[in-house]
Amino acid sequence: MRITTTVNSEPRDVDDVWEGESLLYMLRERMGLPGSKNACEQGECGSCTVYLDGVAVCACLVAAGQADGRDIVTVEGLTEGNDLHPVQQAFLDAGAVQCGFCTPGLVVATHDLLARTPQPGDSEIREYLAGNLCRCTGYEKILDAVKLAASRMASSPTKVAK
Amino acid sequence: MEFLTPTSMQEALEAKSAHPDAKPILGGTDVMVELNFDRCRPATLLDLTRIPELAEWGRDNGSIKLGAGVSYTRVIAELADQLPGLAMASRTVGSPQIRNRGTVGGNLGAASPAGDSHPALLAADAEIELRSVNGLRRLPATEFYTGVKRHAGRDDELITAVHITPPSGPQQFCKIGTRNAMVISVSAFSIALHPDRSEVRTGIGSAAPTPRRAVDAETWLAAALEANGLWESRGALPEGLAREFAGLVAAAASPIDDVRGTAAYRLHSLSVMARRSLGWVWNDYASGQEH
Repeated sequence: MRITTTVNSEPRDVDDVWEGESLLYMLRERMGLPGSKNACEQGECGSCTVYLDGVAVCACLVAAGQADGRDIVTVEGLTEGNDLHPVQQAFLDAGAVQCGFCTPGLVVATHDLLARTPQPGDSEIREYLAGNLCRCTGYEKILDAVKLAASRMASSPTKVAK
Repeated sequence: MEFLTPTSMQEALEAKSAHPDAKPILGGTDVMVELNFDRCRPATLLDLTRIPELAEWGRDNGSIKLGAGVSYTRVIAELADQLPGLAMASRTVGSPQIRNRGTVGGNLGAASPAGDSHPALLAADAEIELRSVNGLRRLPATEFYTGVKRHAGRDDELITAVHITPPSGPQQFCKIGTRNAMVISVSAFSIALHPDRSEVRTGIGSAAPTPRRAVDAETWLAAALEANGLWESRGALPEGLAREFAGLVAAAASPIDDVRGTAAYRLHSLSVMARRSLGWVWNDYASGQEH
């Protein structure tokens, strides 16, 4: 079937999509957007987190057909021109990246968290990122990155817009 | 595979009638896992996310009609004051991403004994609305669950809504899992006081082939509260009452050993949750909180 979407502000049409495939597969294998990672395929790990009509979801659990006509933003769409989004920069600067596989999902989830709660406390961060698993190193540096991003975005609010 | 995308209730009911084997899909948090892991290959997927009526909730003669497609995130944000038990259960579902997509209607469709919303629906005397091209019927939740991952809906019917009259008293939901998020329950328990009719309702999750009420425990507790004049006085519960109630709740379960826990642990945890949650709802009731 044919799927028509807007991905990262660009209209995208894809043909020959299998009716049972996920939005994640369509993004990675048919649209050349491998930022969203394919790991658990059951919504446990959050590595494929994207925005679907502005709502953070696991792309592996959305049927491609359900995304037809919808607006999608992936981790690739968070950059501002050639500049990383402050959340992305904070993950680099805080050393919150080891193998990097969980990072795109955590970046999108953090982006969503800070849009709702600009200055989250530790418990709010833990609660909001509970659906994103890191298997390398632990979560302390990730918490540091979220707090660093929050403080930088508070001091330059123009960067908040996605 | 066919992918059907009805945009109105009528179209959806006609599609289900024409394709009785079609697999309905809302948030996809159960159905897509089955597809991704090749556990099912339905001939037809019936996408219900484009039907406005399913994504709404509203009041209907003093009860709340919750459309099958309302996400847990919205239940928490919009209904926590009116349906606190269901909202508490919704908060324990998966993660923010899962709660953004998962729905009570989908939980009912999957009809897993471990589904988080079921104990709260049972404790609130919820009714499940089933529709087909031939009409609409409402089933009490107790009659809806018929077996492990099986429910009373017919092949030509869709689960379209849940009707819940907000219990007149306090409610609680408890769930045992290995961490605080992203877990399928090892066991779960919900309780609601209905002081307007001097009744108690409960729901047990993950400790029987289906979600079920602990009817003997409810009847015994309501009678004990009545006998002691406690519905009116809102006084302290007599010594040992919560413990006896907890024993009756555990006696209503018939759990199995599986990967998530043993039958013995399920019974023990159920009785602990029953005892504690009765204490919590009674404290709320005694302090005058209506729910």
